[in-house]
Amino acid sequence: MTIDGIGAPVRRKEDRRFLTGRGMYVHDIVRPRQLYAVFLRSPHAHAEIRAIDKKTALACPGVVAVFTAADVADKIKGVPCAWGITGKDGKPMKEPPHPPLGSGKVRHVGDPVAMIVAETLAAARNGAEQVQVAYKVLPAVTGVVEAIKPGAPLLYDDVAGNLCCDWAVGDKAATDAAFAKAHHVTRLDLVNNRLVPNAMETRAALAEYEPASRDYTLYTSTQLPHVARVLLGVLMLSIPERKLRVVAPDVGGGFGSKQVVYAEEAMVTWAAGQLERPVKWVADRSEAFLSDAQGRDHVTHAELALAKDGKFLALRVSTLANIGGYVSTFGPNIPTNLYGPLLAGAYTTPAIYCEVKVIFSNTVPTDAYRGAGRPEATFVLERIIDAAAHELGMDRVEIRRRNFIGKDSYPYQTPVMLQYDIGDHEATLAKGLALSRWSSFAERRKEAAARGKLRGIGIVTYVEACGLAPSRIAQQLGARGGIFESANIRVNPSGDVTVFTGAHNHGQGHETVFSQLVGDMLGMSSDMIEVVHGDTARSPFGLGTYGSRSAAVGGSAIAKAVGKILDKGRKIAAHLLEASEQDIEFKDGAFTVAGTDRRKTFGEIAGAAYTPPPSYPLETLEPGLEETAFYDPVNFTYPAGCHVAEVEIDPETGVTTLVAYTAVDDVGTVLNPMIVEGQVHGGVVQGVGQALCENCVYDPASGQLLSGSFMDYCMPRADDLPIIASVTENTACTHNPIGVKGCGETGTIASPATVMNAVVDALAPYGITHVDMPASPQRIWQTIQAAPHRQAAE
Amino acid sequence: MYGFAYHRPTSLQQLKHLLGSIEEARLLAGGQTLIPTLKQRLASPDALIDLKGIAGMASIDRAGDAIVVGALATHAAVAGSPLLRKAIPALAGLADGIGDPQVRNRGTLGGSVANNDPAADYPAALVGLGATIVTTERRIAADDFFLRMFETDLEPGEIVTAVSFPIPRRAAYVKFPSPASRYAIVGVFVAETTAGVRVAVTGAGPCVFRLKEAEPALDRSFAPESLAGLHVSAAGLNSDIHAGAPYRAHLTSVIAKRAVQAALA
Repeated sequence: MTIDGIGAPVRRKEDRRFLTGRGMYVHDIVRPRQLYAVFLRSPHAHAEIRAIDKKTALACPGVVAVFTAADVADKIKGVPCAWGITGKDGKPMKEPPHPPLGSGKVRHVGDPVAMIVAETLAAARNGAEQVQVAYKVLPAVTGVVEAIKPGAPLLYDDVAGNLCCDWAVGDKAATDAAFAKAHHVTRLDLVNNRLVPNAMETRAALAEYEPASRDYTLYTSTQLPHVARVLLGVLMLSIPERKLRVVAPDVGGGFGSKQVVYAEEAMVTWAAGQLERPVKWVADRSEAFLSDAQGRDHVTHAELALAKDGKFLALRVSTLANIGGYVSTFGPNIPTNLYGPLLAGAYTTPAIYCEVKVIFSNTVPTDAYRGAGRPEATFVLERIIDAAAHELGMDRVEIRRRNFIGKDSYPYQTPVMLQYDIGDHEATLAKGLALSRWSSFAERRKEAAARGKLRGIGIVTYVEACGLAPSRIAQQLGARGGIFESANIRVNPSGDVTVFTGAHNHGQGHETVFSQLVGDMLGMSSDMIEVVHGDTARSPFGLGTYGSRSAAVGGSAIAKAVGKILDKGRKIAAHLLEASEQDIEFKDGAFTVAGTDRRKTFGEIAGAAYTPPPSYPLETLEPGLEETAFYDPVNFTYPAGCHVAEVEIDPETGVTTLVAYTAVDDVGTVLNPMIVEGQVHGGVVQGVGQALCENCVYDPASGQLLSGSFMDYCMPRADDLPIIASVTENTACTHNPIGVKGCGETGTIASPATVMNAVVDALAPYGITHVDMPASPQRIWQTIQAAPHRQAAE
Repeated sequence: MYGFAYHRPTSLQQLKHLLGSIEEARLLAGGQTLIPTLKQRLASPDALIDLKGIAGMASIDRAGDAIVVGALATHAAVAGSPLLRKAIPALAGLADGIGDPQVRNRGTLGGSVANNDPAADYPAALVGLGATIVTTERRIAADDFFLRMFETDLEPGEIVTAVSFPIPRRAAYVKFPSPASRYAIVGVFVAETTAGVRVAVTGAGPCVFRLKEAEPALDRSFAPESLAGLHVSAAGLNSDIHAGAPYRAHLTSVIAKRAVQAALA
């Protein structure tokens, strides 16, 4: 135990550079003779490309090259999908080609059709304006309900009904049987609104090529540099891994949108090779709205079968999920494998059946967005539980409690694949109720009513699955690779330590937390540890950061590698101290012969490893002190918790104000409570954004994006939010070496349902039983106008 | 942004000369609309004529029963003016609620007024207070100045130099902002003036307008209850993904009542 080790609220090492403007993002990197690229994008949601004329563009001053699909057709393969899914008929999903530049057809507004490379950004833009594209505009379809109707415009000739995959999980027969004998069935239709991820740093890529060695370097704003090297380099560009270095320097947020590999990254790399000059592309914000993979977009019908006492007998869910115009990197996996299996939640529902139709439409492809499938599942489950409680006249807390998986029931096998290892829902619930002052809510409602405001309170008790992912399970579900994590620990001769991780830090604070972890294990200050990430030339092959995996999986790999360091250190110490290896114990930064005061510090052992004394047994013990480990988790981790929100609604204007928010999360071992709190805050705010303001809207007739800038896409702001009370109540994960579960997504998973339960509670006097997201002022006003008991409530 | 010539005259006379000699010039005051438009390549003027070098156009002075604000006064200057905060606090408060600090430090009264954005705040104050727009050529009553969306009574080459705001007995501006842009979905300026009560609405329609149907009742009794039966028609009001015309009509009556309440507070 060290003072800045595991559990200490250490300030972030990263903050010095981030808060003083010294971060180094892709756009900050300038290479000699670099060119600038812009992409000409489709103004139409669905159109045939009849002809592209680039002559005028090529004549523009400063324009170096213009590339279209015809230039790359036999040179760059399509954008690959890393996780395929299988339908309930046993057949693989439809996976039409996704060419890097629009070929034959464009399928959403923003689909790239040409790349213009020039000496300056302005020249590239001038050139882009001169590329003439003749389109034949086709009818477009943007919503899932319309896209599967007979006669809907088809995106692909060979994909009937725009259906990518008809997927299911659970036991249909058992579920139907339970419904047949249920005392009560609650039914609910829900829409999970589409979101734009909006990382603070837009996507950017800069590639260079060295003709003599044929080496490529790609600097790109990605969450997974090694995976990008395989997908972009090997699969799309046929560049061997040894010849492509991918560097993800400081990355200003990703939220899943940067765990996707994109055509632009491949095009920039290819162009750098063709032109033998560095090529840089930086998306502007408008472009980000039209080309970053978006999130959510479900239409769902759910049914919950209940016994008279409120016990859940079965859950039946049918979802239409919109994956946009193309199959994105992880696109089809999100509304299926990361959604259906989460529908058990914290409850003992014995039978669950979930079917998902994964549907193409003329919209930007969807993929992972913070929470990725799990917020959608939590929204369905926690909303229908509230609806059921209302219909049965039961208390919302009591109906949850009655269905909890008891803490003695763990490990618990759900009916939808997952096996939870540990949890204590009563404990997080009790803390949530106390901290939110749940029992005295009536007084606050009364006080608000005196001010003309409708006050509501909402609660959610959730379970999520993260720590992605056990490779064996993931591959059974369609993953086209392992999902382990790597670490390399290099003890330097003078005794300080460099940690190379395959995880990637884009705001999470890995440099701080991993230093704490290693420092704690080695008995040294975290200041003596440097964490290196984001460079395929430096770190061992790693899978990157998403799915709240870095601490649980990446941290476990680090712990495993440190264990190997200590094993070797013990051997060296045994030799130097002339003792048996079994008698050496490591404690407080030193190797000691048990029961004696004979000891060697960790620094002395490091020194001996690199400067072997004459007696060092080089024949049986290698010099040096550096170890690599790969950690593949045996199970997902299962953070859980209880969130409570209070809102006030102004019935005259429809404005909803979030006035209180309490998050009690079980995230396992806490490595740094300050960072956990920051992660929970950020996650909650993103979920509140979905619940109250964010909404990605396409015009159904033209397929144009109506919310294409911050003028119309509403991001939550500091003054929209109350102080968020965030605490943890933890049970340690049972199956990884550090007990960590993860905290990156819990807030986003729990908060949309929590806030909407509060909104519906506030509107209950009007007879309103459901409101779709976002609870925008106009939507609330309209809902009140159409409410069954409007007169009575007023 | 495309290329353009840049001029910075130091007098109105120089400005007049420049305007006569350049084919397609755009006038630059605070640039809070023009610069983003140029950056998005939505306009390509031959030249920008920057007005900020012209002396004496940013002052805020009392002139009898009115406060005269120079066209180049920034929103921040109006918001922070001790004179205005005392004489017409509703106007200072309105300026303090425009955009964010960066916008308020650059944007100007004259630029906003001449641009006549349907969701801008200032037009509501000018119409609500019965202000007079002073130009290089003449004086124009606010009621006659704002014609249509982004259109005013200004002739080509005519520049707003100042606005004269009569000091009201009391006044208030209440804005219902778009949750996304924070521009006014509906903004209502009410003023009890020597010539009677005036109610001006911005954001709701394509151009600022007087809510004349609300004024007689308030003339009789300046109280929110006077507007109890007020019904605003949705006909002709704006509609977008955040607020359709019926919702804007409803908000107009709600926000008008709140503005009266605020004026009395």
